[in-house]
Amino acid sequence: MARRWMRVLRTPLGLTTGVLVAAVVVLAIVAPILWGDRADAVDTDNILTGPSAEHWAGTDGLGRDIFFRSLVASRLSLELALVATVLGVVVGLLLGTAPLLVGRRLGRLVTAGVNIAVAFPGLLLALFFAVVFGVGATGAVLAIGLAGAPSFARLVQTLVAGVASLDYVSAARVAGVGRVRILLRHVLPNIAEPLVVNATLAAGGALLAFAGLSFLGLGVQQPSYDWGRLLFEGIGTIYVNPMAAFAPGLAVLIAGLAFNLFGESVAKGLGVTTVGGVPVLPANDAKRSGAGEDEHSTADAARPSPSDLVLDVQDLRVSFPGADGPIRPVRGVTFSVRHGEALGVVGESGSGKSLTALAVAQLIEEPGHVDAARLDFRGEDLREGPRAHRHLLGTSMAMVFQDPMTSFNPTRRMGGQLAEVAVHHQGMTRKQALARAVDRLRAVRVPDPEKRATQYPHEFSGGMRQRAMIGMGVMGNPSLIIADEPTTALDVTVQQQVLDLLQSIRDEDDVALVLISHDVTVVGEVCDRVLVMYAGRIVEDLPADQLDGGARHPYTRALVAAVPDMHTDLEQPLAVVPGRPVDPADVPVGCAFAARCPLADDHCRAVDPPLAPVGDGISVACWHAGEPLGLDEETGELMEAETV
Amino acid sequence: MGPVSGVLSHRWVRFAVRRLGRLLVSLAVLLTASFLMIHLIPGDPVRGALGPTAPAALVEARRESLGLNDPLWLQYWHYLQGVFTGDFGTSLTSQLPVSDIISQRLPATLTLAIIAFAVAVVVAVPLGVLMGVVTRRGRGRRSELAFTTTSVVLGTIPDFLIGVGLVYVFGVNLGWLPVAGNATPDAYVLPVIALAVGPAVILARIIRVEMVAVLEADFVRTARAKRLPSRTIYLGHALPNALTAALTICGLLLGSLVAGTVLVENVFAWPGLGRTIAQSILSKDYPVVQAIVLVYGIGVLLANTVVDIVLALLDPRSMIAED
Repeated sequence: MARRWMRVLRTPLGLTTGVLVAAVVVLAIVAPILWGDRADAVDTDNILTGPSAEHWAGTDGLGRDIFFRSLVASRLSLELALVATVLGVVVGLLLGTAPLLVGRRLGRLVTAGVNIAVAFPGLLLALFFAVVFGVGATGAVLAIGLAGAPSFARLVQTLVAGVASLDYVSAARVAGVGRVRILLRHVLPNIAEPLVVNATLAAGGALLAFAGLSFLGLGVQQPSYDWGRLLFEGIGTIYVNPMAAFAPGLAVLIAGLAFNLFGESVAKGLGVTTVGGVPVLPANDAKRSGAGEDEHSTADAARPSPSDLVLDVQDLRVSFPGADGPIRPVRGVTFSVRHGEALGVVGESGSGKSLTALAVAQLIEEPGHVDAARLDFRGEDLREGPRAHRHLLGTSMAMVFQDPMTSFNPTRRMGGQLAEVAVHHQGMTRKQALARAVDRLRAVRVPDPEKRATQYPHEFSGGMRQRAMIGMGVMGNPSLIIADEPTTALDVTVQQQVLDLLQSIRDEDDVALVLISHDVTVVGEVCDRVLVMYAGRIVEDLPADQLDGGARHPYTRALVAAVPDMHTDLEQPLAVVPGRPVDPADVPVGCAFAARCPLADDHCRAVDPPLAPVGDGISVACWHAGEPLGLDEETGELMEAETV
Repeated sequence: MGPVSGVLSHRWVRFAVRRLGRLLVSLAVLLTASFLMIHLIPGDPVRGALGPTAPAALVEARRESLGLNDPLWLQYWHYLQGVFTGDFGTSLTSQLPVSDIISQRLPATLTLAIIAFAVAVVVAVPLGVLMGVVTRRGRGRRSELAFTTTSVVLGTIPDFLIGVGLVYVFGVNLGWLPVAGNATPDAYVLPVIALAVGPAVILARIIRVEMVAVLEADFVRTARAKRLPSRTIYLGHALPNALTAALTICGLLLGSLVAGTVLVENVFAWPGLGRTIAQSILSKDYPVVQAIVLVYGIGVLLANTVVDIVLALLDPRSMIAED
């Protein structure tokens, strides 16, 4: 714990404010001893003078030195603030732990009272108590202390609720440990740290609140003086000597800010600090892989003529800046999609399949960078930037994302979210667009679409939302639907409905589909052709019907073998592809799969194989394509996997 | 809306009942507290108000006229009756009806608070959105640091100190703007700034943080996939989601702003309730204090209620998420 506090002091803000807090405390201790006499010395020759060499901040109505009075006032100001803070914390603790101490029913009453009290601003509560306890220093301490209590009580309630449900506290309760003992031994030590941090913040607040009350004339009364009192007197003479208001004002400001900001930086330092970064990738050391990187592969055999193609991608690369140079999760991907074709993209998470889809759709945001030798959608070059083809992309390329629960704007009605597309890209009026939205919802088999269009996303079930997402895609007349794991977040029964829907849309309108999935079965069922991705590259490109038995790449074959079927022996552990996926920040030289491949030899580990056609409509990137694997047919496990 | 309104109104009714219930309970607590205030004061409040030299007969007569000799429950009943008929008694010092004092002073305070709040929101929303967009996905680290530091410091300075600083710079030094009263429109400038700075920077900070978080959300990617213009994505899709958290804070800010007028009015000699309550507390004019505390309290409660309703309109989930 001490080390964590030290870390706070090592930040610039923490250090500065920490030193300031210490300085204010030291000042409060020594100032009355050193300068008490000078602050009270009456100089009748110099009444209400401005700043001079003798009196740096001028004098007040009795000729007393305002600079020294401002220094000496630190003692009383700080004392009052600290006493009030302690009072607030103690009362807050009592109120906040009441549900634990006095039983459920009474506790609930206290909680309700606290909830009502926190709705009122502290100053109002302070004024209320100031009336009750009377004008003066004691009344002000009670007023500010009690005014701070409800918010502390609320804080304590929250903290206690977090601790009280912990296992060992429940255990202690079951064991018959007394309430007070549970509170002192188990609960308080666990909430001490946030309490202390908040008390520091509250001390700053109390300091400023005292200044406020004294400024109203309700706090400290003559002949005592704190900063607020000096300010109150100073503002009356602000035209004669502005420094009389300025000096105590500055003093209370510095002290208040010191406590407040110190509390803030401690709170931030002890809590979890969030570092903004690239969310898609682990941001650890990016070692750039050497050979094989630039020697990219193109499978040029039997390319269909460009007019048949909806999408034509050559040597697509995606990179993100990393701590040690760029991270390259997609490293030269080449493929094309014909009109009406269903192309599946499979691979483990981190294989770059989703980023490939986002890159094609021009949805990679800075600092991500997309680079391609060719990126044509319906004959238009998308590399000109997403703005250039906004309307084309908005109406002709539909996206379906993985999580339907989070992919809709929760604050807007479904109909409006669909209609937006038509308003922006097809020049429809809002009314026409809404009618189209209802029609599209019907087309994707959302029941009662008129009613559903006026509802919010949270009123839809997951499967219905995903269908609505597809409906949003067909607001225009898409020639390509890119679906990124569209069924992963759904129940198995609903998965099939969504897949059937995609299928029927394809059948009706000759729409091409790029289906990204980690699930070989789904892809094999829906798609005509399958791309298998590994470590940011395509390792195999094959017709879907070849998946079972025709696949040449050891990785594809391992993926297929890992799928459980009706004959899988449930007594055995489910098969997995052994080894771990490649970290995109640390791609090895040679074939990226070599480390997990039973066929790998020194050649594989040195030179990355290019994607090359091997017949039967299959292209594969492997030096040992189609060689026997030594696959254990019973479990589907690669028997030699551990030897590398 | 047709068939939908049935379902919708059902939920709205439940929300309204629950919210109204909370408002009424809070009001009851507030009324009781303001009534009890005068009875919680140690010693005899009338003796305190009139001073130790006042003759006993006068104190007794004043006690009688205030009804302080009645049993507590009867006093409470009379107090409630008074409040609901707009009769708050008479001032101990000026002998004027308290309701007259309130109706005279309230408009100045209300205008000040409302203008200041409007200014704070009008400044904070665009500033917060802009900073959110600039600093999204870990960009603009320097702007973020500069903005956060400035806003934390500005947000911590109490409004009356800002007021004193403004009086010093613009009133005393430059002589550009009036520093007292509300006679002319330009007299509003300094008090409004003093009140609005704190809430504005706090709100802008929250909106920035929320925007940064919302811009990472999946539905923003969906909006981008729909190829909507950036303006629509930021203002139409991201902002409403960023505002829900900001609005919750708005309620608290509005409340503290209402209370903040007390101090700021005293800096600028503003002829509102804030000056009156400070003077009345000093002169122990309890009926006036009681009534003004009640007015401030009601103001805060109404502000919170309005914010909750706006919140529900903006984000219907909050109706369910509540309690």
